[in-house]
Amino acid sequence: MPTPPAPPVPTAAPALRLETALALLAQSGQSPPDGAPGSTAWLQGLIDGLCQLSSRDALTGLANRRHFESVLARELDRVARAGEPALLLLVDIDRFKAVNDKHGHHAGDLVLKAVAATLLECVRPMDTVARIGGEEFAVALPNCPPAFGPMVAERIRSRIERLRVAIGLADPISVTASLGGAFAPQWVRSNLTLWLERADKQLYIAKQSGRNRAEFEPAVVSQVSAEEKGLLFGTTRWETGDTTYPEFPPSTHT
Amino acid sequence: MSIATTRAGPRARITAITSGKGGVGKTFVAANLAAALAASGQRVLVLDADLGLANLDVVLNLFPKITLHDVFTGVRTIDEALTEVSGGFTVLLAGSGLVEYSRLTSDVREMLVESIATVAPQFDHVLLDTGAGISDVVLYTVSLADDVLVVATPEPTSLTDAYATIKVLASTQGRRAIRLVVNQKLPGNDGRSVRNQLQLVVDRYVSPGLDAPIAIELLGEVPTDDAVREAVRRRQLLHECYPGSPAAQAIAAVATRMLQGSG
Repeated sequence: MPTPPAPPVPTAAPALRLETALALLAQSGQSPPDGAPGSTAWLQGLIDGLCQLSSRDALTGLANRRHFESVLARELDRVARAGEPALLLLVDIDRFKAVNDKHGHHAGDLVLKAVAATLLECVRPMDTVARIGGEEFAVALPNCPPAFGPMVAERIRSRIERLRVAIGLADPISVTASLGGAFAPQWVRSNLTLWLERADKQLYIAKQSGRNRAEFEPAVVSQVSAEEKGLLFGTTRWETGDTTYPEFPPSTHT
Repeated sequence: MSIATTRAGPRARITAITSGKGGVGKTFVAANLAAALAASGQRVLVLDADLGLANLDVVLNLFPKITLHDVFTGVRTIDEALTEVSGGFTVLLAGSGLVEYSRLTSDVREMLVESIATVAPQFDHVLLDTGAGISDVVLYTVSLADDVLVVATPEPTSLTDAYATIKVLASTQGRRAIRLVVNQKLPGNDGRSVRNQLQLVVDRYVSPGLDAPIAIELLGEVPTDDAVREAVRRRQLLHECYPGSPAAQAIAAVATRMLQGSG
């Protein structure tokens, strides 16, 4: 004979365990959430604080890898839909292990913070700067024209080279960085892994070619200009080897 | 990255069939070209490399379908997934379950390369039926091939996309030899002039920036033919239902040229 199901045991609303969350916020230097503890506004403030924490790199305050990948994914979508050129720059401090070995890990941390601050000074507010590995940083530059990429990379490279990081009473440390850049192919639905790999390949080339330099992947040109189309469809009069254009209607511009 | 570097010994010649624009008859050409090659005594595999949007099974009316997805998930072995079809060739379906693989992770790439490398020695020719567009997935699958065959129609949008594809393949993969099949040719069109026009624009705008010029070789032109429409509707191969049709003869000519080209 089947036994009837046991009636549900009445329980009080489970108590929320928020101590760890509040401690994490306090430890990260954030102020506790506003509002009466336990109120909806207070809980929302706590959640916002945690979201902020989960997207930041603890040492430098830059975006962390998780947040950066979501930024890149959004950028890939924009590039595929709108065709806006977007650049991914990887920045890796040269011979960083030597800094740690010679001056200690605290000095290494100071260098990482100084490089992070320098990167933020070199880019536009709309760009996202992240620390994605030990001494590896990345910058996502939306709407970045191809000619602009090498300019930004050179600005970053030279500013880092000129950087003097003060460590206590010892002589300040200077470092250099290598950069690798790859544009997202316009109008093409790419993916995160391949984009990062392509930039990483250029970073590798920069390292192999002597460090303290930037390398870029040759631009992938998938757009077809009106001029190319004209020739393709034979609407442009074309004498082989010479540029004989059809007679265009006279310009109405004065 | 290429299959050639992962396996030694005699192996299949891998041809990627791509188009830029969708709906130009890429899969139709792949299936019927495979049948024509098979009719010449070649052992042919068609791999539906249109990950996620595979429709080779629809063209060939295949059922049941064991796919690469079943292989990747460990449900079936690769040999079970190789399906012999009535045209005398073999197909390997990616399977719509592979839609999740449109995120082309390194795992998926390794599995794909490994699958192709495993089965390739059993064949003389492997045709990769790629997806439409110039996505990274398409570029990746094309990068696995020895030869690139672009299918285009004389339509402006198709020609533009074929041209863009050639441009991208030249700059990102160092492709210098492109094979062309002009499909859905109307009586007023001429495949040779379509090829010449493409070659002209490539010479003018693409080759100057490269170490060596790009050569476009016309493998053949397939006329618009009622027999094609009927074969597609019946989900049959052209040479099975209309072997004497102009389109079937044109595809056979493409196969002949392809065999001459690759020795």
